[in-house]
Formats: sequence, C-alpha cells, structure tokens
Amino acid sequence: MHRYVTPLCIFLLLAALLGVGLTLNPREVPSPLIGKPVPAFRTPALKDPDRALTSDALRGKVSLLNVWATWCIPCRQEHPVLVGIAERGEVPVYGLNYKDDRRQAIAWLDELGDPYEISGFDPDGRVGIEFGVYGLPETFIIDSAGTIAYKQIGPIDEKTWKEELLPRIRKLEKQVR
Amino acid sequence: MLCVGSGLAAAQVFEQRIFQDPGNEQRYRDLISELRCLVCQNQNLADSNAPLAADLRSVVYDMIREGKTDNEILAFMIERYGDFVLYRPPFAGRTLLLWVGPFALLAIALWVLARQVRKRAPGAAGSGRLSDAERERLRAMLDDSGGEADRGRRD
Repeated sequence: MHRYVTPLCIFLLLAALLGVGLTLNPREVPSPLIGKPVPAFRTPALKDPDRALTSDALRGKVSLLNVWATWCIPCRQEHPVLVGIAERGEVPVYGLNYKDDRRQAIAWLDELGDPYEISGFDPDGRVGIEFGVYGLPETFIIDSAGTIAYKQIGPIDEKTWKEELLPRIRKLEKQVR
Repeated sequence: MLCVGSGLAAAQVFEQRIFQDPGNEQRYRDLISELRCLVCQNQNLADSNAPLAADLRSVVYDMIREGKTDNEILAFMIERYGDFVLYRPPFAGRTLLLWVGPFALLAIALWVLARQVRKRAPGAAGSGRLSDAERERLRAMLDDSGGEADRGRRD
C-alpha cells in the first residue's frame, strides 16, 4: 500500500501543475505596466488634429483607454459594448486609434457611433509601444491618480464588462472618496 | 497565422538598415534576435514579419542610432512588455524556479536512483546468508529435481 503513495502524490502534483498550465492563455502576457503611471505621451486627436490626447487628460478620474483600429476585427465586436458604456455614462472612455487610416477611422465612428471622449491618433504605433500594446483590442483601466490599474486583452463583451471591469472601476472610484 | 512560414527563411532581412559602425550593426542583429515578437510568440524580432515586430525593430534601430546602450534598449522593452519579451529571462527571485528547477529535479532523481542502487547492491540487502527455513526449502527443491539430474537426455 505504502509503495503506491509516493507515485500517486507525484502524479497528483504533476496533474495539478499541468492543469494550471492548460488553463492559462499564452496570448495574455501580463503587463509590467500595471501599478505604474500612464506613460507620458501626446498625440493628435483623430477627428481634430488641433486637439490632442495627452497623458494628463487621463488623470483626475477613473477612466478607460481603449486601443482600437478599423482593421481589427474583434474591435468591431467590442464597439457596441463601448458605445453602451458611454451612453450609460458609466465611466469616461478614451480611445487610441492604433496604426490606422484617419479617414477610415472617422468613417467607422460615424457609422458605428463614437463612444470616446476623445480618440488619439497613433498612425505609427509609437504611443501603442509606450503602452506595451501587442494585439488589439486592448483596454486599460486608469485610476484617478493616472496609474494603470488593469489591462484587458481582447474584446470586452457585456459579461466581462459587468463581472470583471465595472466592479474594478467602482472599487477604484470608492478608494478616491 | 501571419507568422507561419517566415521562419523557414532563416535570417531573412525585412528592412535595409544602414549603420556607420559595423559594431552597431552586429549589436542590432544580436538585439533583434534576443527579443521576442509578442504577436508570433515563438519567433524573435529578427525572424518575424508581424507589423509590431517591424515597429519594434525600428525602435531598436533608432535607439542604437541615438547612442543607447544594449541594457537601455532591453530595459525599454522590459518596461513595456515584461520579461516575456526576452528569450533569456533574467536570473531573479521570481524566475528562480525556472532556472534552478530542472537542476533540482535532476538532483532529486539522482538521489533516488543512488538510493535504489545501494539497496539492491549485493551484501547490502540482509546478511547474504540463508536462514534455516530458507535452507530447508532449498534442500527440498534440490531433492525434488534430483530425479532428472541426467539433463543431458533432454539436450
């Protein structure tokens, strides 16, 4: 009896390790930017090049920064969720239009609705690199001190929004008061 | 899927880079082969034709031309993309298991093996002598087979 205990323990340990490994998504690389201040940047606004989206705009209240592009197919799936968030006024949503064509991007917002307070235009992707962007869509929750609190990789759907992101945002908002 | 196939053509060059100093060219090549493309995760920047890899190659190129050191360039990448961007993760507390783990497992395996071998070695197990009961059994066996002692017949 005793001789089976050790192999059984080793097997269970391995099974547990492999089980954890299998449930992790290798596409989701944890961001080292979480807990760090928003990188300093300034980029012209998509719709009005005279205006700009800057890191300063992301301070003072909890906000979302959504990195999007018209060539990004999951962004189209995510877009109505963002429009809903903006319509309900749950949290200010900022956009970063990443490596895109200005005319196409504006046409997209005209057609599907514009949930963004302001959307920055980042045609060469350098601002994206500052944020460690590697696959669209990506969305950052930024707290009122301008610190990156959370990064959502992949599209936000209603479920992730209600169960993952909104509770985090409400918690961050409470911390301020 | 964009990345499939580009690995076949090893040392493919995507952009022409001009360096005044051949040492810098070597540094550029070394750096882009050390850094991982985050889009096609099993390729380095040098081998990947993903748009992000091209952007990161130009960041490396620009930083070298600005006179940044290798460590500064690697730190820039790690700050944004984490240790995952390196093909050789640093030796630190949180990567201890990664670096030491295989050697620890090997040491445990050798230790278990050594114990087993020692247990089975002649002389180690018991006195090597037969007990009275065993001697009795052995004699009974030998007596039983005594009748066919002329084994030559069967050969």
